[in-house]
Amino acid sequence: MAAALDSRLSAAETDALTKIAGTMVPEDAALGMPGADDPAILEDMVRSIGRDLPLVREALAAIAARSGGAFAEMDQAAREALINEWYPGGGASALALGRVIVSAYYRDDRVLMALGHEARAPFPKGYVLEQGDWSLLDVVRKRQPFWRDDRVSPPGDR
Amino acid sequence: MAGNEKVDVLIIGSGASGAAVAWSLAETKMRILCLEQGDWMKPTDFPSNGRDWEARRYTDFEISPNRRGRDTDYPVNDDNSLMKIANFNGVGGGTIIYTAHWPRMHPSDFKVKSLDGVADDWPVDYWALEKFYEENDRMMGVSGLAGDPGVPPRHPPMPPIALGRTGTRYAQAMNRLGWHWWPSDSSIATTDYEGRAGCINLGHCTPGCAQGAKASTDITYWPLAIRAGVELRTRCRVREITTDERGMAAGVIYYDADGVEQFQPAEVVVLACNGVGTPRLLLNSASAKFPNGLANSSGLVGRNLMLHPWPIVTGYVDEPLDGGRGPINTIWSKQFYETDPSRDFVRGYTLQFGRGTGPANQAIVGAASGLLPWGRDHHRRYRRMLDHRLSIGVACEDLPEEHNRVTLDPVLKDGNGIPAPRIDYTIAENTRRMMEHGIARAEEILTEAGATDLFASRTALNYPGHLLGTARMGTDPERSVVNEWGRAHDVKNLFIVDGSIWVTSGGVNPTSTIQALALYVADQMKQRLATLFD
Repeated sequence: MAAALDSRLSAAETDALTKIAGTMVPEDAALGMPGADDPAILEDMVRSIGRDLPLVREALAAIAARSGGAFAEMDQAAREALINEWYPGGGASALALGRVIVSAYYRDDRVLMALGHEARAPFPKGYVLEQGDWSLLDVVRKRQPFWRDDRVSPPGDR
Repeated sequence: MAGNEKVDVLIIGSGASGAAVAWSLAETKMRILCLEQGDWMKPTDFPSNGRDWEARRYTDFEISPNRRGRDTDYPVNDDNSLMKIANFNGVGGGTIIYTAHWPRMHPSDFKVKSLDGVADDWPVDYWALEKFYEENDRMMGVSGLAGDPGVPPRHPPMPPIALGRTGTRYAQAMNRLGWHWWPSDSSIATTDYEGRAGCINLGHCTPGCAQGAKASTDITYWPLAIRAGVELRTRCRVREITTDERGMAAGVIYYDADGVEQFQPAEVVVLACNGVGTPRLLLNSASAKFPNGLANSSGLVGRNLMLHPWPIVTGYVDEPLDGGRGPINTIWSKQFYETDPSRDFVRGYTLQFGRGTGPANQAIVGAASGLLPWGRDHHRRYRRMLDHRLSIGVACEDLPEEHNRVTLDPVLKDGNGIPAPRIDYTIAENTRRMMEHGIARAEEILTEAGATDLFASRTALNYPGHLLGTARMGTDPERSVVNEWGRAHDVKNLFIVDGSIWVTSGGVNPTSTIQALALYVADQMKQRLATLFD
């Protein structure tokens, strides 16, 4: 699979990303959610890494170092624990890795539909925004003006 | 070096202020040219056209030029600043990627010295700018609701953006607390307006509006200015302003789209490059006659940088709202705007109440805040967050301090080899106290709204790109860079109209005031054409 992906990531890096993505956002069949290691999602992810490639590489290396090179061999619970311990202090590379994974994941048709969202771009259809309850403003309308009028208030009088 | 025909007025920068000045001066029938280092934007360029609309907020529509990295951008060394620099280089400038929040400064903002004993008063006041605020509101197309007791009277030409579920939830909480709120003024067309189609709710519209409902100057002022005869030349990056033997601006040297060095002579030069770009250009224009940079006899070019620290407090409620399905703008509160002697800081802040964003961005901010775990709990937790987010921004007044400044980086250069700006900036103690006060009030509001999992982001993620104060206006040439109508004290045919001429910052988004002030300067120029250089 790795070799088929259009990416400047090496095959080994792509394999590592696959394992990490599937750990961070795993499949949940009960909720109808694929994992972020789903082939279509992963292909989109790898294709769109772009300017984040150096940071993603840094993140992959950091996770590999933290796991002693054995991340793929760890069980799901241990991998999750490692990621959740590393991520908050992982800096720019952790943020970039998370951003790359969820940006691809949360635009997948299956994911969006499982969340009750339409799988489309905002334009040209847009969305409907309810007006909301404008009667809530009635009480505010009754307030006297309270901005500081420099024409009538002597300096230091407020 | 290639030469060009001399123009009467040369404007550098086509953003908020440059566009307004160009349009206003066009009626003089002078030959007016604007040089812009970026490109025209097309509606199809904007992220909301595609399925990757959220990801592009972090790539080619990122607000930081350092990360965005277009070839039309210049780098900024902001390593020594918690607040990062945001801008956009293209026709329309920062109005392409702003949130279109449209508050005005308050009258008290122009008199902070005489009212509160801090910083300096402006040499102009709110009332001198009022008619230009109104004119600019009509030109840009502003939605809002008259009658707000928290601000001076104004007359938005279009109705406000819908409260929606999110705004309603905030409003209910604010009423229970007895605190002021009002629908935010926004430069977003809520109806068809002057040839522009009304907003169809394309989601978070900071990274540009494919519909053209958000007012950016490429679709408001510029079509009119160009029709009136103004020339706008894109992909022209100005390196320096040259001066003649009398110490007057002679024109500029710029690099055209092919990287060819050009000289453009002009009778009058107008800087509209924002609070970082303008001091950068003035400092890059040092010469034997102006060894410390052009118009810098006061030593204040680049100093007094104000960036508006902007904490954001988020929380999550138990009902689905309308995040990602409309503009981020909902309501504002002026409850804590004016100075209150019982607090431990002077001046104040606006509270801005935001709508949530889309699915990917929810995951990004949820993970960054530490509230969204990775692994098998991710989905369960995420479903309680998506479409359930409330967020309140605390728009703090940033007072001027000379050590906060823009200088030239000794190493970093842009694609044309022009020295890049370096930012040195710290948040003042008064501002920090104001931030904490605002965060505490925002937490009260969110709690009253039924939100849990509150998270306050103080600076790391929030940099609004409000670049102010680095060539301040004033009547004293030793304490200011330009006079009370925007003309440089040292160079009598050089004008500055962008946010760098601000004396203080207020606690509001600045674009409305930047443009009102630009129209005011243009009006002053028109009134003095016969004696402009006296």
